Amino acid sequence: MSLVTRRNFVKTAAAGLAMPALARTAFAADPVKIGFIFLGPIGDFGWTWAHNKGRLAVEEALKGKVKTTYVENVKEDASAIPILKDLAQQGNKLIFTTSYGYMEQTVEVAKQFPDVKFEHATGYKTLPNLGVYNSRFYQGRAVEGTLAGMMSKSGVIGYLGSYKVPEVVMGVNAFTLAAQAQNPKITTKLVMIDSWFDPAKEAAAVQTLINLGCDVIAQHTDSPAGLQVAEQRKAYVFGQGADMHKFAPTMQLTAIEDIWAPYYIDRAKALLDGSWKPDNTWWGMKEGTVVMSAFSKAVPDNVRAVAEKIIAGTKDGSYDVFTGEIRDQSGAVKVAKGERLPDDKLAVMDWYVQGVQS
Amino acid sequence: MNIAFVIDALVTVIGVTTPILLAATGELVVEKSGVLNLGVEGMMLIGAVTGFAVALNYGESLGDWAPWAGVIGAAVAGAAASMLFGVLVLTLGSNQVATGLALAIFGIGLSSLIGASYVGMVIQPFNQTFPDWLAADPIGRVAFGHSPLVYIALVVVVAVGYFLNHTRAGLILRAVGENDVSAHSIGYPVIAIRYAAVAFGGALAGIAGSYFSMVITPMWAEQMTAGRGWIALALVVFSSWRAGRLLVGAYFFGILMTLELYAKASGFSFLPSQFWAAMPYIMAVAVLAVMSARDVAGAEAPACLGRPFMPNN
Repeated sequence: MSLVTRRNFVKTAAAGLAMPALARTAFAADPVKIGFIFLGPIGDFGWTWAHNKGRLAVEEALKGKVKTTYVENVKEDASAIPILKDLAQQGNKLIFTTSYGYMEQTVEVAKQFPDVKFEHATGYKTLPNLGVYNSRFYQGRAVEGTLAGMMSKSGVIGYLGSYKVPEVVMGVNAFTLAAQAQNPKITTKLVMIDSWFDPAKEAAAVQTLINLGCDVIAQHTDSPAGLQVAEQRKAYVFGQGADMHKFAPTMQLTAIEDIWAPYYIDRAKALLDGSWKPDNTWWGMKEGTVVMSAFSKAVPDNVRAVAEKIIAGTKDGSYDVFTGEIRDQSGAVKVAKGERLPDDKLAVMDWYVQGVQS
Repeated sequence: MNIAFVIDALVTVIGVTTPILLAATGELVVEKSGVLNLGVEGMMLIGAVTGFAVALNYGESLGDWAPWAGVIGAAVAGAAASMLFGVLVLTLGSNQVATGLALAIFGIGLSSLIGASYVGMVIQPFNQTFPDWLAADPIGRVAFGHSPLVYIALVVVVAVGYFLNHTRAGLILRAVGENDVSAHSIGYPVIAIRYAAVAFGGALAGIAGSYFSMVITPMWAEQMTAGRGWIALALVVFSSWRAGRLLVGAYFFGILMTLELYAKASGFSFLPSQFWAAMPYIMAVAVLAVMSARDVAGAEAPACLGRPFMPNN
């Protein structure tokens, strides 16, 4: 009953000028509902864990004004559609779909629920009620690549990936390019395990990379399994999504921490004051959504200095890892000398740079 | 390609194979008794979280024995979970497929609940059986460098094969699975035997789970078995209910998965990666197709598999 009234309120509000203020007063009585769908379990200590921390931060920051719900372990297939419809029908006014593979499903449901606002993470399709957001994790990959390039003795570094989607591809490329900037002979061995979360396979893949001569390994899968293997086999490694030094106390050099709280709080506030727009938001180190964990003692001072310069340059905009000349695996020039790869091309990146072995 | 390289790869193969082999061996005994328990994934997860919790909480007081306590705890927890299934299916005669699926889902949920407070903690890996000097050189490492669970898995599958085919008790178990009414009429306690088989399957599934949380990655993460329980189920069918083929099939799967990783990391992308990932399932379907084409599928599966037995009706 109350839902119908609300919908009528919004419709009337759209017609008149004075009405929106009234509509908002009606809203303020009870908390506005915000929904999330998560790819993994919230206890994965990786991607989903980080998003859930962002969700909790929204509840904390806007206590009493918003109420959040989440559904975890949502597969990236058609089964996401009924879950999204459910969330929309339960009265959630803003729904975050937190993985690349939800893109088409979010578009479909967003078209059916024009009154509900949607935000899709790491994708690129927008609608009047669907925005996209991402974090520039590749900026962190460039820092990792810098460390890897300077600290690898074998000249062969490894990358444990999940799927060949732009989000992962740009990470592999940023890692490789930054490493090559320090040591032009670097090659990156890449293993995609066709899963975001499969600790046993992640562990086996890291073993394989080490067996094939990689002595520094970055990962873009969600569990700390790879770090434990790297610790046992004495290969340098980077944490993914959170500071994971507990899992590799001597071998983790640093980690990329996913911090979603500033963004989620910003969007929840925009929803509350009516200023929400379907933006394409791409924050990064500057805005505080990508944070590097403290460098470990294993990082020598000269290496640390170079890496810190990369971080500073990224924050003030003077450094961008995707600055030409960049060639793809076949040797063709993809970014001309001195140019920067624009965001729209970056968001759909599906080619690897020279030196990536996949 | 040198010998150390092959040995490194073999170590990976053994790590991938062992938990599947353990769980599938348990399920083989369950199915041989005529019961289909699809809840392997759930029992593995309950075993995984229990093994981790015991090893973590008793790490100080038990010292070197803590991992063993963890493995025993995992076995007990897996067996306890399977008894839940047992009561519903064997005593109350509920549908085995539905109950098994419910057990799988229940296990996922329960393990997540128990494990919530353990996320992000680590324990010492349980991976040294023999003294260092035995595992020092590469050949020694492939023979002696593994977790005790690797050897236990091999011993158990051989023992189960011997038990089923060469002992009187094994014969009775098979009789119960092939013709429960006849076994009952000549005085064998069908339900009790099935309870024992289900408990054994649960215990091995629990140990298989503890291999994830204590050996491969000594930590707890929700759903860390990532579907291996379903592969174990497929493997039992793949092996046409024979222990020898089960052992071969499990290692075949392990080798395939390891080869996939090597092929990708070495830049051999002649096959799409999704094809590699689907390979075990494609093989299971192919084996089933061949078996039914030769019309042996009916003869291979225990005749009473999945059928409830209610002697009082």
